[in-house]
Amino acid sequence: MAVTILKERWTSKVAEVTIGEGPKAVKVGGDSTLPYLTFEGQVPNAPVVALEVSDVYPEDWPEILKNAWGDVLSDPVAWAKKAVEFGADAVALRLDSAHPDKGNASAEDVARTAKAVADAIDVPLIVLGCGVEEKDAEIFPTVGEVLQGKNCLIGCATQENYNSIVATALVNGHSVIASSPLDINLAKQLNILITEMNLPSDRIVIDPLIGALGYGIEYAYSIMERARLGALTGDKMLAMPIICFVGQESWKAKEAKDEGSPEGYDWGGQYTRAILWEVMTATTLLQAGGHLFLMRHPDSLKQFKDHVAAISKGAQY
Amino acid sequence: MALTGLEIYKQLPKKNCKECGQPTCLAFAMQLAAGKASLEACPYVSDAAKEFLGAASAPPIALVKIGTGEKELSIGNETVLFRHDKRFEHPTGIAIEVYDDMSAEEIAAKVDAINKLVFDRVGQIHEVDLVAVVNRSGDAGKFVEAVKAVQGATKYPLILISSDVNAMGQALEVAAAGKPLVYAATAENYEAMTELAKKYQVPLAVKGSNLNELAELVEKVTALGWKELVIDSGAREVAQALGDLTQIRRKALKEKFRPFGYPAIAFASNPENPLQEAIDAGVYIAKYAGIVVISSADPAVVLPLITLRLNIYTDPQKPIAVEAKIYEIGNPGPDAPVFITTNFSLTYFCVAGDVEASRVPAYVIPIDTDGISVLTAWAAGKYSPEKIAEDLKNLGIKDKINHNKIIIPGHVAVLSGKLAELSGFEVIVGPRESSGIPSFLKQRWN
Ligand code: B12
Ligand code: SF4
Repeated sequence: MAVTILKERWTSKVAEVTIGEGPKAVKVGGDSTLPYLTFEGQVPNAPVVALEVSDVYPEDWPEILKNAWGDVLSDPVAWAKKAVEFGADAVALRLDSAHPDKGNASAEDVARTAKAVADAIDVPLIVLGCGVEEKDAEIFPTVGEVLQGKNCLIGCATQENYNSIVATALVNGHSVIASSPLDINLAKQLNILITEMNLPSDRIVIDPLIGALGYGIEYAYSIMERARLGALTGDKMLAMPIICFVGQESWKAKEAKDEGSPEGYDWGGQYTRAILWEVMTATTLLQAGGHLFLMRHPDSLKQFKDHVAAISKGAQY
Repeated sequence: MALTGLEIYKQLPKKNCKECGQPTCLAFAMQLAAGKASLEACPYVSDAAKEFLGAASAPPIALVKIGTGEKELSIGNETVLFRHDKRFEHPTGIAIEVYDDMSAEEIAAKVDAINKLVFDRVGQIHEVDLVAVVNRSGDAGKFVEAVKAVQGATKYPLILISSDVNAMGQALEVAAAGKPLVYAATAENYEAMTELAKKYQVPLAVKGSNLNELAELVEKVTALGWKELVIDSGAREVAQALGDLTQIRRKALKEKFRPFGYPAIAFASNPENPLQEAIDAGVYIAKYAGIVVISSADPAVVLPLITLRLNIYTDPQKPIAVEAKIYEIGNPGPDAPVFITTNFSLTYFCVAGDVEASRVPAYVIPIDTDGISVLTAWAAGKYSPEKIAEDLKNLGIKDKINHNKIIIPGHVAVLSGKLAELSGFEVIVGPRESSGIPSFLKQRWN
């Protein structure tokens, strides 16, 4: 019996954002179907994986994660180069040193680091602030300026501080991560505010604030599915590509961090468990519509890429 | 094909007697068409109408049960494509393979490992659901021996995997009482396999080599009079399987395409690469598999899958909450520390688990935040100093302790001043993540 393949006729697609410049620039988004349902639309760009680099030694990382990086963790430039060697499509630099509790570095200080990292790598650079909204608003004008022309992705811009971050993106030619806590209406509202400042919608990436596997991933999963359905049915303010802070969230989970198991249970070896915690957080959110994945362990990156190679083949009908 | 409300209405008695619980026959017809009511609710439908409507009023995806007793697994009966529309009903059954060409010791060891795959999450015990015995040897005798051995060693229902009708017949002789899933009827053997399933009244998997062949085979099997089915498009690569599982679910729900109106089974087994096996299995859990089969019994592979299944299948409308009261962990005395958290079950069980791990007896008090996490509740105004102070007063924790200290989550350090003022407690700011509690207690509590 010939089964007629049921294809949805989507009327619209996800915006395509370019990050970086030169031969290693990457494009994200552009999808005209749900994730990897290539029988009814296109998935023109592979998901982009960025490895995270911080300008502060990552005290709170578990040994298994620190060991994967060796001795570069105190030097953001060496660390970023190593990320590229590990096969990262992009580097995500966190300017943690600007955090009031972690040194309260000045805009000039962090800008110098950002510039040094950008100059040392040939892949696109994502620059993240320290997460304190006022401080990020303070550092980004300078950071954005020293990176002028590099077409970086910078953020996170929130309802509180988007003004400053979007302004520097506009002047210096960067794209912006628009961050709102797990609410489709808040995401939309922030995108409207940002586009009203005349930043084109193909220079915005949505951060829905994910949770890791076991720690709220289901909320992000559903918000992202709804955003993708919105994008495919013509809602331009939900049609931006989506970034997922996978490493940050999954390495908080004790299933990833703990070497041993809780009393009375066997969780198996830490390596497999921890890598799977990070990769499956990513691959699950890939199914929900994620485009850009920030990870921490180089082996997670490799496993994720192997999966992408397999799933990108699409079903044949 | 799906019937419209009007088409159904024509077949109803039109008495408008309300006995079906609907105000009118037409309203009842609309409910039936939407799959929200069952024809049995009307005592007056004629037999002819029943026959005509039977198929149309059946749920779009059948409910299938495997096994018996406590470990019986129900799959199917799904009604939506996206979990934000309405929750997914029956969590994907996780099956682990055992091969009949393994030695008796190897089989025993693997079944033992499977039996031990038990995890505690948010206060509930989670396990795998099925053991799949695979006739990899091609030998009927070995298959029967393996089935016997597995059956004797585990409480989980079985999937019997063999394309050899003779081997299957012999295995069912020893295993049918446990209501295993017979895998599988194929183009070559479907008549005999269906006979076996009927004879032993056990669920039957139907396996095509693609969607077309699957649909054809399902029609043939149902024509032979057996409808307790689980379906397999034969796809073994993740990309094809994702497409097929999506088509099966879509066609069943949106077109009421009968041949696909059964739960689907997907195979992720990949012994050479357990990480990719887990990743593929994760895709199938998110995307519509009723059963997913894997080869690994490594807890490090199974724990993430069980966690993902729990996440995908929770009700998006209702967070799981625990009762807001004073919990005593490990027999706390009057000098024991007091931890203040929220009643989101994930939050509570993280804290309770880590307090337990510290081996310091303690009180843990979840404040009623309508079941949401610390920061979410704080941002939503449900974890305010006023609310916490009031709850602590009502719960009477003061009467249980001889000190005046409470410990709050590090994430809400900002609360401490106001909370101290309102409650009269000395407020100690704990670590941000509950995993820091054991070392925190070592340093700060004596
Ligand atoms: C899932 C989620 C939601 C879900 C809620 C799920 C739920 N049942 O709670 C939904 C989608 C509903 C939601 C909504 C909102 N959210 Co929300 N959400 C999250 C998310 C992604 C995860 C939260 C979670 O489940 N964490 C897991 C639990 C276990 O963590 P936890 O409760 O904090 O517990 C840990 C620690 O605090 C500690 N701990 C707990 N108790 C105790 C006690 C002691 C004594 C100690 C020592 C330690 C300790 O141990 C636990 C494990 O380490 C976070 C972002 C993130 N990735 O963390 C945002 C987040 C919490 N949300 C946020 C916000 C702002 C909101 C909204 C107000 C926004 C909106 N959309 O309007 C709403 C409010 C909802 C409402 N009005 O009820 C913000 C809060 C910002 C802030 N700093 O105040 C966050 C941090 C996102 C962000 N970065 O902006 N959210
Ligand atoms: S019980 Fe039957 S006859 Fe009575 S109102 Fe309902 S559908 Fe009509």
